[in-house]
Amino acid sequence: MRDTRDLSDKELIARLEKAAFSYFAENADAHTGLIADTSREGSPCSVAVVGFALSCFPAAVAHGWLTRERAAAWTCKILDFFESSEQSDDPSATGYKGFYYHFLDMRTGKRVWNCELSLIDTALLIAGVLVAAAFFDSDDSGETRIRQTADRLYRRIVWSWAQPGDGTFAQGWKPECGFLHYGWEGYNEAAILYILGLGSPTFPLAAQGYEAWRMTYQWENLLSHNVLYSGPLFTHLFSHAWIDFRGIQDRFMRQKKSDYFRNTQETIALHREYGRRNCHEFVGYSENLWGITAGDGPQLGEMRAHGRDRRFFGYMARGVPYGPDDGTIAPWAMLATLPFGEAAALAGTRHLLKRYPQVCRDGKFSSGFNPTLVIDGQGWLSEGWYGLDQGLLLMMIENHLNESIWRLTRRSPYFIAGLRRAGFAGGWLGDDG
Amino acid sequence: MTDDVKKIKIREDESYLGRVRPGGWTNPTPRGRYDLAVVGGGPAGLAAAEAAARGGHSVALIERHRLGGNSLNAGSVPSKAIVSAGRAFADMRHAEDFGAAVSRNPKADFAAIAERMRRIRARIAAQSSAEMLASSGIDIFFGDARFAGPQSFVVGGVEISFAKAILATGARPMPPTDIPGLDAVGYRTSADIFDLPALPNRIAIIGGGPLGCEMAQALCRLGAHVSIIQDDPKFLPREERDAAEILSRCLARDGVEIRLNTTVTGARLENGVRVLETFNNEIRLDIEAELVLLSIGRIPNIEHLELDRGGVASDTKHGIIVDDSFQTSNPNVYAAGDVCLDLKFANAAIASARMASANALGGAAHSRQDMLVPWCTYCDPEIAHIGLHVFDAHELSVPIKSFTVMMHDIDRAITDSQDAGFVKIHIEDGTDRILGATIVAERASEMINEMAVVMGAGIGLGALSGVIHAYPAQSEGIMRAALAYVQQQKGTSCPKKPETDNSPIVSSSSPAPPRASAGPSPCALPRKAPNSD
Repeated sequence: MRDTRDLSDKELIARLEKAAFSYFAENADAHTGLIADTSREGSPCSVAVVGFALSCFPAAVAHGWLTRERAAAWTCKILDFFESSEQSDDPSATGYKGFYYHFLDMRTGKRVWNCELSLIDTALLIAGVLVAAAFFDSDDSGETRIRQTADRLYRRIVWSWAQPGDGTFAQGWKPECGFLHYGWEGYNEAAILYILGLGSPTFPLAAQGYEAWRMTYQWENLLSHNVLYSGPLFTHLFSHAWIDFRGIQDRFMRQKKSDYFRNTQETIALHREYGRRNCHEFVGYSENLWGITAGDGPQLGEMRAHGRDRRFFGYMARGVPYGPDDGTIAPWAMLATLPFGEAAALAGTRHLLKRYPQVCRDGKFSSGFNPTLVIDGQGWLSEGWYGLDQGLLLMMIENHLNESIWRLTRRSPYFIAGLRRAGFAGGWLGDDG
Repeated sequence: MTDDVKKIKIREDESYLGRVRPGGWTNPTPRGRYDLAVVGGGPAGLAAAEAAARGGHSVALIERHRLGGNSLNAGSVPSKAIVSAGRAFADMRHAEDFGAAVSRNPKADFAAIAERMRRIRARIAAQSSAEMLASSGIDIFFGDARFAGPQSFVVGGVEISFAKAILATGARPMPPTDIPGLDAVGYRTSADIFDLPALPNRIAIIGGGPLGCEMAQALCRLGAHVSIIQDDPKFLPREERDAAEILSRCLARDGVEIRLNTTVTGARLENGVRVLETFNNEIRLDIEAELVLLSIGRIPNIEHLELDRGGVASDTKHGIIVDDSFQTSNPNVYAAGDVCLDLKFANAAIASARMASANALGGAAHSRQDMLVPWCTYCDPEIAHIGLHVFDAHELSVPIKSFTVMMHDIDRAITDSQDAGFVKIHIEDGTDRILGATIVAERASEMINEMAVVMGAGIGLGALSGVIHAYPAQSEGIMRAALAYVQQQKGTSCPKKPETDNSPIVSSSSPAPPRASAGPSPCALPRKAPNSD
């Protein structure tokens, strides 16, 4: 196989996309169809990763990595599993009120690790379910069944139940203690959660919930860039993997004469500038080596290097510019910004692969890499792969190349209803606000 | 402690007490009806009494405990003395970064630290000692005051009548609520934490407000194992998230064990050790400590005043109810300081007292709405704020934009290895009107005062960009935030920094100071404030 450095941009992207999809096939349970959170031994299923996988199946069909029939069968298996799984307040159930626990046993589908009933992970799963419903649009009985099941799964979610306080969504719920008390304020990856919650014809999120969330936004000039601030890069990508925010605006963005797509572009410029300045003197950081986000990282506590103490945070939502930052980047993140700027995404990815080729094994990017912390002569590298990283990367490549996921959700009535109820208008959505 | 040290300590304590509550003090005989009677000898009461006496009025000052109030005796002064000791120990631990070959684990002599704190307290007490106040013509009465009628108090059986009165009785630590067993196992508050005879090995602090965070960091730096338990998802709930998160990481860096989102559900004694039972989501955890510090807020001191007799309205949450002129429901009685303000800080107390005094005696019309109060949490880095927060502006439907400069981009912060933090200036979007500012920096308490001057003068962010600042200085961050605003207006990129020392930074884009913005002072906007505990 040719070295990635010898590939054209098109060839490089194609290889990385195909390898990313291979994660799902390599880490699925044959019985339930569920996908593992990571490739590590014994990893449970992450319902969000399942949502990403469902969203990637159409691309796999288009590229010939899966037949349409095989994709439909896998999708059907997953949807059937969720529909028939236990929905109750029993601590070992699969979900409750239409939501699902963050992590499930791969074989039984039951809750593991005493994890939370996760709103955002349910939203990412259900986004994938709705992509499947939009893609499998034939009269074939299997595809018809997919659409019907997807509709039932979406309609049974009691979004309104998960607004326990000021109208904003809770971050989660546990049968042992009720709604989690974590602060989840400020702009973040939850846009898709609010939009899907608002779009429900059965148990929608109360309209003031989106406004209450918007009240926590911070519009800032940071490192000479005007951004709706959120520190970790993934928060500017997740919702965009499904929703084409180009040219559509809610009230906030109308006021700022911007949109969420341009905000991500500006945030990417901010991340590159942060890398260029490299204020904490981490090894490798530059305008072509960035990508500070949530992900795996070294968990070694403290070390002393170059006359200063360094602390490492393990799995953490790292952010720019306020931190936390321990010198760990997510190798996949730069390429995942392709739709927002091809030149920066490719320049960074090529620089990374040239200088640190070990971050891409078997064609798949690892979750975290820290060149500041040298172990056995090389920078610290996360073990295995994470499904979220692979799914997000594939979806962003697809949206960049042919907008295939965006085209599906642009015709999903639930996405459209949610966007409109959140006050979005203009662009492809019409009804200029 | 040697005999010599003991003697010094006794002398210091005597000088301190001699200033704040002299032994053998005899209250004077009241001089008829006083122009002004002030109840409470803390920052507010002292400011009101001194201002009235300077104006030639007859003044009675009534204090139930010690002059100086909470700030001097059990608040700002002793806590900052302990904080500065902790900072010295932290500096020693990082001296290696500066090339000093010293131990990374200096041993704390807590008796010496406490002695220094008492010495500092005594020194500051001299500035408003009983003797000095009396010599300025103020009649000082020690004892509990209660209303005898609408224009008189009773103190120790003696009636003191007044034309006007100011109630400045302050606030005290809030007692625990719903923590079964805590009273039985015992705890300290800010009222008695500074009387510690020795530094306990393990300290549990309940409450992540300013005092809780300051003490957690300082006592940890002095060598105690400190756990801080906060039922909120972040420390300093009324401060901005980014500031609170930086603080959280700095506390963890220093070794403080952080328990956010955690509720204390009970307390018990086990083999002589205090055990706090905590609950975080479904996780129950016992935290052992020799000392429990409770720091969950402050409540106004109103119970002993018999306010009904004086016709003064109050409630348990807000204390004495005042209008914008600090007048109570009794037109001859005003209130000032912690007993009536949400902002329970000494600077706010003093400002309100001066306003109340002038309004009561001089017929002035100072308004509470004119108060623009900066405040600070004295951790490392310090967190200071003035004016509106982002969430306040959203609630008021004021479009807000923030200009932020990270301290790790400021040369002086880099040279001092103090580059954690930021300067964030909030403006009304579309204008250069400054609504507020948050500063997280080594000396944010000093830097925020520049913002107080700027905002007080109604200067806009554009004009601030033309002000030459000393270089290098951490306050350069303020100017660079202003420059970012100007550059955004012009659509230009960030200018280069000067390359040599002693080169004043001049805004290349604004050679002449632009006209100050004509907008009204943000004082006109309602403000919200955290509790000081």
